[in-house]
Amino acid sequence: MADLSIEFAGIKAPNPFWLASAPPTDKAYNVVRAFEAGWGGVVWKTLGEDPAAVNVSSRYSAHYGANRQVQGINNIELITDRSLEINLREITQVKKDWPDRALIVSLMVPCEEQSWKFILPLVEATGADGIELNFGCPHGMPERGMGAAVGQVPEYVEMVTRWCKTYCALPVIVKLTPNITDIRQSARAAHRGGADAVSLINTINSITSVDLDRMVAHPIVGDQSTHGGYCGSAVKPIALNMVAEIARDPETRGLPICGIGGIGNWRDAAEFIALGSGAVQVCTAAMLHGFRIVEDMKDGLARWMDQHGHRNLEAFRGQAVGHTTDWKYLDINYKSVAHIDQDACIGCGRCHIACEDTSHQAIASTAKADGTHIYSVIEEECVGCNLCQITCPVENCIDMVAQDTGKPYLNWTQDPRNPYREAS
Amino acid sequence: MIDALNHLPRPRAGADQLAERFGDLAPPLTARQAAVESARCLYCYDAPCVNACPSEIDIPSFIHRISDENLQGAAERILSANILGGSCARVCPTEILCQQACVRNNAQECAPVLIGQLQRYALDNAHFTEHPFTRSPATGKRIAVVGAGPAGLSCAHRLAMHGHDVVVFEACDKAGGLNEYGIARYKLVDDYAQREVEFLLGIGGIEIRHGQRLGSNLSLGELRDQYDAVFLGLGLNAVRQLGLADEEAPGVLAATAYIRELRQADDLSQLPLADRCLVIGAGNTAIDMAVQMSRLGARDVNLVYRRGHADMGATDHEQDIAKANQVRLHTWARPDAVLLDDAGKVRGMRFARTALADGRLRDTGETFELAADAIFKAIGQRFDDASLIDPVAAQLARDGERIHVDAHMRTSLAGVYAGGDCTALGQDLTVQAVQHGKLAAEAIHAQLMLNVEAA
Repeated sequence: MADLSIEFAGIKAPNPFWLASAPPTDKAYNVVRAFEAGWGGVVWKTLGEDPAAVNVSSRYSAHYGANRQVQGINNIELITDRSLEINLREITQVKKDWPDRALIVSLMVPCEEQSWKFILPLVEATGADGIELNFGCPHGMPERGMGAAVGQVPEYVEMVTRWCKTYCALPVIVKLTPNITDIRQSARAAHRGGADAVSLINTINSITSVDLDRMVAHPIVGDQSTHGGYCGSAVKPIALNMVAEIARDPETRGLPICGIGGIGNWRDAAEFIALGSGAVQVCTAAMLHGFRIVEDMKDGLARWMDQHGHRNLEAFRGQAVGHTTDWKYLDINYKSVAHIDQDACIGCGRCHIACEDTSHQAIASTAKADGTHIYSVIEEECVGCNLCQITCPVENCIDMVAQDTGKPYLNWTQDPRNPYREAS
Repeated sequence: MIDALNHLPRPRAGADQLAERFGDLAPPLTARQAAVESARCLYCYDAPCVNACPSEIDIPSFIHRISDENLQGAAERILSANILGGSCARVCPTEILCQQACVRNNAQECAPVLIGQLQRYALDNAHFTEHPFTRSPATGKRIAVVGAGPAGLSCAHRLAMHGHDVVVFEACDKAGGLNEYGIARYKLVDDYAQREVEFLLGIGGIEIRHGQRLGSNLSLGELRDQYDAVFLGLGLNAVRQLGLADEEAPGVLAATAYIRELRQADDLSQLPLADRCLVIGAGNTAIDMAVQMSRLGARDVNLVYRRGHADMGATDHEQDIAKANQVRLHTWARPDAVLLDDAGKVRGMRFARTALADGRLRDTGETFELAADAIFKAIGQRFDDASLIDPVAAQLARDGERIHVDAHMRTSLAGVYAGGDCTALGQDLTVQAVQHGKLAAEAIHAQLMLNVEAA
C-alpha cells in the first residue's frame, strides 16, 4: 500500500488527515477517540486567554440538499469555553500518550504582543508539535478584536505571525479567513511574517435559512439569530480555488498549505493535495458521520495512489497546480462537443430544455410514436459549455468530446481578435 | 342479486378481523417517505409519464411541488387536470401508465418514482379550507349529465367551473359509479368515493338526482329538449355471459354483483363465503373478486382463464397481488359445464383444456373438473342496450355495441356527448373516463359559447 505519512512544515504525521480546530477537538476525550479511530493529527480547538469564552445555546444550522443531505453547516460557536489551564494539561497528556500523531494547538488572543508573549511558552511546554493562528473565526471573536478582525488586515497577520516566530520555536501555521477579496494578500502577509505554513479556508460568513413562521434566521437563539461560519461540502469549491491561488502565486511559492474546506472523502483530499496541499483538515464530515470516516478516507486514498503508482503523497502533490492558470492563457482554439450515448440515455429531456432555454439550442428533441423523445446534439451549434452534461442524471451518458480543429494553441493575449493583445 | 349465494356459510373471522384484512392494500406514504420519493423525480421535460397519463396530469410539476413542501400547489396541479385525482391515485394501474413510462423504470435506476402514491399523498394532505376552483360567471346554460360515475362527475365539475348549471341523473343511490360500487374494497377505503364526490360538488352548481335511469324513467329525447346539452356517461352495466346451461343456478354470480355488495357491506362477516371459489376471467375484476374472497377466508380460490398468463388483462402487478393472496391461476382452460348437486346448487365446474393451433384457440379434447361452492363470472362488462331504447337514443351511432364519439366526445346527435366506458374510445379505466368527461365539458362549453356569440 502507498505510504500516507507526511512531514508538513516540519511536523510528522502517519497520514495527512487532521481534524480541524473545532468542536470535535474540544477536549482530550474527543481527541483520544479521534486518534483511536486513526486520524493522523488534530488541531486542538482554539485556546484563548482566561476567562474562557461563553457560548450560547443553539449553535449550528444547516443548508440541506434533497433528502436532508447536509450541504453545509453554519456555526456560531466561539473558541474553547474551558479554562486555559485545563486545556494545556489535557494537551500535554494526550501528546505524551500519542507521540506519533500531529498535535497542533490553535490560538487566538488579543492583537497585543504581550498576550502572545504570555501564551506561547505555555503552549510550547505542552510538547505540542505546532501552533495554528486562528485569524479566521467570523463570528463572536471579531467583536473582541480577534479572529477575522485580524485575518482581514494583512498588516496584522504579518505582525502577529512575526510575534509568534519570535516568542515560540514551534512551527507556525497561519489559518486564513476566506471572508476577504483576495486570499493571496493574507497568504503573502503570513509569508512575510515568517509563517511556516498557511491553512485554509476558515469558515465563510453565512446565514443558512430563515424560519418563515417566526421570521428569524437559523440557528435561533431565543427570537434572534446572527450570521455564523459556513463549512462542509458546499464550501469545497471556494476552498479549492483559494488553495490554488496561493499555490500558484510566485510570491508564496513553496509555502506549505494545509487544505481545509468541505473535505468529506479521499477524493476531496486528493484534489486538495493535487492543488498543492501537504496536509488536509476535516471537520464537518466528522461531525456528520463520526471519527470512523477516516478509515475510509485513508483506505480510498491509498488504493487510488496504488492504482496510479504514487508511492507517497509528494508523488502527486501539486500536480494540478501547473494546469491551473489565468483565463487569458486558455487555448481559444480548443473545442469540445457534447456526445449523447443513446444506449445510456433514459430520455428525461433535461439536457434539451437546459440547452434550449438557457444555452445554445444545440440539443434537438425528436418525438417518437410512443410518447418518448430522442435527444441529439446539433454539433454545429454546440459550444462545448458542459451544461447538458451537468444536467444529465446519468453518469457518463453525455461525454464532452475534444475536437481536432487542426488549429494551434492560441491564447487571448495572442488572439488577433483581442484589441489589447500583447505585441508578439 | 346475492340471493344466489344465500345458501353459503358466513366468514369464520369476526367483523373487526375482516375489516383489518380489507384495509388499505397500499398504505399511504408518510411525510418522510414522500420527501424521499419526491426527491427521486428527475423533473423531466416533455416527461414520458405525462404522455402516458390519460388525464394529462403535469406529474413532474406536482412532484416538484411536493418536494418544495407546497402540498396545496401540488394538489391544485393534479386536480386542475383530473378532479378525481384522489381515486385515480388509488385505482390507476400505474404500472402500465405513468410509472411504466417513468425514466427511472429501468434496472440502472432501480425503480420508477411512485407517482400514484405521491399523488395520493398530495391530495390527502393538501387540506383545502374551501374548494380550490372558482366558477366563472353564470352562463345561464343548463346541461344534463347522465351517470354520476367518473366520466359524468368530471364533466359536471368542469362545466360548473365554466359557469354552467348541471343536473346529474344517476340510477343508483350513491354517486361515484365504479369508484363506489366496483373497485376492490382494499383499494379505496374509508368511504373515499363519497368523500371525493362531496369535495367535487363543493364547486357548486351541480345537482345530482338519484333513481334516474335512462331507458326507464328518463329518455334522451326529453333531456335534449329540456337542456342545452347532454352528456352520457353510462358505463357498462350488463354482464357478459358464459353461454352455458345452468348459468342462473344458485351459486353462479357475476363478480361485479358480489363486489358491489362487498363494497356496500357495513359488516363483512355477514357476506356469503364461498370456501371453494371459482373465478372465471383474467381481468382486474377477476383478480379483485378472487383476492377479496380469499381475504374473506375462502380456503380454495381458483381463477381460470382460457388463454395464457401473457394474454391476461390483469397487469403483472395485479397477478402478483393474486398470488400473494393464495389465489391459484389456471390457464388454458375454458368453462365447459356448470356442475350441480342434487339440490340444484353449484358443486363445481367442468373445463375443457385449450391450446393455440394455427393462431386460433381450440379445445384439446381433454377436460377436468374443479369443485366449487360458487362460480363468479368476470369475463367482462357489456353495454346495456336497454338504456338507449327511446326513439331519440336509438338514433345514436354505435361502435359495435358502444356509443360512437369523435375526438371531442361528440356523438352523432347534435348537442349530445358521451364518454367513459360506454364509448369505444381509449381504455376502460377510471382515469380515461375522467379525461373523457373533461374533454366533453370543454367541447360543450366551446359549442355553447360559440352559439352565444353567434346569437
